[in-house]
Amino acid sequence: MEYKDYYDILGVSSDATQGQIKRAYRKLARKYHPDVSEAADADQRFKEVGEAYEVLKDVEKRAAYDQLGSGWQQGQDFRPPPDWDAAGYDFSGGGYTTADAAHFSDFFESLFGGAGAGGYRTAGGPFAGRGEDIDAKVTIDLEDAYGGATRSLTMHAPEVTPDGRITQRTRTLNVRIPKGIKQGQKIRLAGQGSPGLGGESGDLYLEVEFSPHRNYRVEGSDVYLDLPVAPWEAGLGATVKVPTPSGNVDLKIPAGSQQGRKLRLKGRGIPAKSPGDLYVVLQVALPSADSRKAKKMYKQMQEEMDFNPRAGLGV
Amino acid sequence: MPNEMVPVLRGTVLDEEGSFTLEQLCRICRLEKKVILTLVEEGVLDPEGEDPATWKFPGTSVTHVRIVVRLQRDLGVNLQGAAVVLDLLDRLALPGRRGR
Repeated sequence: MEYKDYYDILGVSSDATQGQIKRAYRKLARKYHPDVSEAADADQRFKEVGEAYEVLKDVEKRAAYDQLGSGWQQGQDFRPPPDWDAAGYDFSGGGYTTADAAHFSDFFESLFGGAGAGGYRTAGGPFAGRGEDIDAKVTIDLEDAYGGATRSLTMHAPEVTPDGRITQRTRTLNVRIPKGIKQGQKIRLAGQGSPGLGGESGDLYLEVEFSPHRNYRVEGSDVYLDLPVAPWEAGLGATVKVPTPSGNVDLKIPAGSQQGRKLRLKGRGIPAKSPGDLYVVLQVALPSADSRKAKKMYKQMQEEMDFNPRAGLGV
Repeated sequence: MPNEMVPVLRGTVLDEEGSFTLEQLCRICRLEKKVILTLVEEGVLDPEGEDPATWKFPGTSVTHVRIVVRLQRDLGVNLQGAAVVLDLLDRLALPGRRGR
């Protein structure tokens, strides 16, 4: 297993005071709290910081940890010393003091997990023994939101074996992603969270994310498409074929359209009880002036059209 | 690709439309009624209806309650503070940021 440098994780020196440790923890906990952090690995960092604080905030655990010596590096392969159990420290009431003990690393487990009978205590109350809720993410394509899809998920959840050890259990779930789902929405799957310790299982909360699409942008239930058009299509008007997530449609471009004009296809966004709209944003594309003929036509426009694209800038 | 050996599960989408009763919300979030009542009083949750017996909570209430509970438990944020965080998260969840 990997050695954890708890001082390094909290960004404090090994002779930091308890006050310094607490302040460092508070700061990092706010920074990496999964509900407010934008960091991709926030979940992992938050757990790491919590584990480091669990050890360093407790004078006895900290002293025991310090006994390992300073010769270790973060991530280095680690085995606890053979006489570790006899180290003489009493972690009163078991090794853990939080309900999230199952998230702690093997490293923590090997040092503090065996202390006291019964492993760890969960938060009390009427729901002790019930499994934890799990939050996970599933990535789908925009097209899946239009038609619905089924996704297969592999879950790794900590599980407590009858003899009190914590192991990782892997299971596969097939989940129906309903038509009309939106970016960031959550699907609750009752009883699909962590199995309980003699109680019922927790729930699984699945957050839906859309993978980036090469054609479309999504805002809520509205979908945006940048549509390249030729200058004469924008100027003279035209009917052109436009891709949408639910198939191609013919779109009428009104004469006299300008760059950036937004055309709304009502109800062609993400389908739902109140379906979103599809916005087609015109992007005027210019033909290259790379032939004699093309150059001649640009030249003719220059001479015959009274056009100052910078009139709005006052120049 | 779906694994054909495993049944397909259908969950509940926690959106603005789905609605839960007070009892259902308590059970899902594993909280006592008085905690939910406080969240309503503080304006964190906004159920439809006047009488608690007929209140209807949108599905997003579950997400909001869970965030408030976690902020209180993990960071020691009080209810008012958690409510401010929720409002800010809602504002940030518009374009670009993945909503939580």
